[in-house]
Amino acid sequence: MTNTENFVHELAEKHGRTRNALMPILQGVVAREKYLSEEAMIAVARELDISAADVYGTATFYTFLDTVPRGRNVVRVCKTISCHMHNKDEIIRALEEQLKCKVGETTSDKKFTLLTANCLGWCHKGPVMLVNDDVYPELTPQKAIEIIQEYNRKSN
Amino acid sequence: MEQKQLKRVDLIFEWDEKNTPIQVLDKTLQKTPDAIILEMIDSGLKGRGGAGFPTGLKWKFTRNEDSEVKYVICNADEGEPGTFKDREILDRVPEKIFTGMAICAYVIGAKEGYIYLRAEYNFLLKSLQQKLDKFNQQLKERQIDFSIYLRSGSGAYVCGEESALFESMEGKRGEPRNKPPYPTVAGYNSKPTVINNVETLVYTCEICRMGAEKFKALGTSDSRGSKVFSVSGDTTKPGIYELELGMPLKDFIDEFGDDDAKAVQVGGASGHCVPRKKFNDTIIGFEGIPTGGSMMIFNSSRSMYNVLHDYLEFFTEESCGQCTPCRVGCQQLLKGIEAVKKGERPPTYLEDLKKLTLTMKIAAKCGLGQSVANPFISIVDNFKEEIIY
Ligand SMILES: Cc1cc2nc3c(=O)[nH]c(=O)nc-3n(C[C@H](O)[C@H](O)[C@H](O)COP(=O)(O)O)c2cc1C
Ligand code: SF4
Ligand code: FES
Repeated sequence: MTNTENFVHELAEKHGRTRNALMPILQGVVAREKYLSEEAMIAVARELDISAADVYGTATFYTFLDTVPRGRNVVRVCKTISCHMHNKDEIIRALEEQLKCKVGETTSDKKFTLLTANCLGWCHKGPVMLVNDDVYPELTPQKAIEIIQEYNRKSN
Repeated sequence: MEQKQLKRVDLIFEWDEKNTPIQVLDKTLQKTPDAIILEMIDSGLKGRGGAGFPTGLKWKFTRNEDSEVKYVICNADEGEPGTFKDREILDRVPEKIFTGMAICAYVIGAKEGYIYLRAEYNFLLKSLQQKLDKFNQQLKERQIDFSIYLRSGSGAYVCGEESALFESMEGKRGEPRNKPPYPTVAGYNSKPTVINNVETLVYTCEICRMGAEKFKALGTSDSRGSKVFSVSGDTTKPGIYELELGMPLKDFIDEFGDDDAKAVQVGGASGHCVPRKKFNDTIIGFEGIPTGGSMMIFNSSRSMYNVLHDYLEFFTEESCGQCTPCRVGCQQLLKGIEAVKKGERPPTYLEDLKKLTLTMKIAAKCGLGQSVANPFISIVDNFKEEIIY
């Protein structure tokens, strides 16, 4: 078995092989591999004995279950109204410049993917972004860049 | 000028050392389930997740269902733009949520409970799990046959809709179901289920702690008790505030506005926009404009076209796409206001778009599509010039 198949197998052992276990398993794969590869989705389908199309159909519904490759760090900047009013555009511009990629893209060294997201639940402290699971409220362009530099160092 | 201070309430985050949540649980389980239901009904508590269904009745209906397996679920999917109070509750007083769930489980006869946490709040998972392990252990020591588990969302606003949430927990696309049957009859795994908002569950714990009478003394006859408000936008005091329900919007603005407020969006993207001229005669509560807690203030520097545009983009992205009125409707509304703005369509076209939202209100399958009319009509009617020019 490949690495991915092994990992999916472990997740199935942990969460069980019922349909109700599908989300936790897919979330487990994304937490480690950052996205759901074709190989991973087929492995999940085999473990749960459902069709790969069902796995794909479910996964593609959810914004956080990516089916295209993502960088090691996924950055999501809130673009909803409160953050919009508090200059999220400046944050996005600063990040695009720093990472040298546009929203929706992944850096060439595969370290970062830059995305936007809808309201992250920190509207009183916008603008705000998530890097992976961690949240960074009250951003300034400078602060956002420093946070990214820190992640960059950590992923070396 | 003397300012009238809104009455602050401190129930949700207060920690009563002599009445900790687990002590409240012990005390409450001495009562019969029917007595607890009566207390909930008597308190007048209505759901804090947006729809405002009486909590006592929800519990009663579920209790009355004949089923071996039942569930209690805490809706922690908080995705309504402008709402962030559940995050704070989950962070600071999760024990009160667990206790509310355990009381509910005792009342309806459930052995399993779930907290469905939005993915954006994954950073809370670790500490929540630790506190949950401790709570589950306390239940075990008391020989209470009930445990609570955590489930994560994956970034879909519509999964906050209860039936979509069940679908998601069942490993499917988060597409809302037809109703009836309601969750009290067929919810998670098609079993009778109580699903309550985070804040609602904390109030059930508080009502058991202090009694229905004290809770009822707060608020108005239509809107009993207090509520946690999430205040954002053009405000001098952004943050979370627990206030009595039934307050005039005017008093709220006097305290939280920046002296230049021209509109308040009450209830998030799916809520209503109230312009300055209506601040005086708008009541925040079930008798006026209800809200899941989101209060977003806009001052005169803001373009209400941009606000509406943001909301419509939000709905277009978050529509699950299952039913045509909502899927196509949201897209057409967005295109429509853009066309009017550019002058490609006459201003009268806005009337056609308003009709479209009313069609969506009738024909859409779930609350998402049904409520687009709220922001659309209230913003277009009150700020027509800003939408057109
Ligand atoms: C599109 C949509 C999103 C919703 N999101 C949430 C949510 O994030 N949290 C919540 O408690 N209720 C949400 N609701 C309301 C739930 O369907 C349900 O009414 C609520 O959880 C019931 O709890 P309550 O009676 O305690 O308010 C949403 C409804 C719709 C239509
Ligand atoms: S109204 Fe919108 S979100 Fe609700 S079921 Fe229809 S398409 Fe999905
Ligand atoms: S609008 Fe950005 S966190 Fe709510």
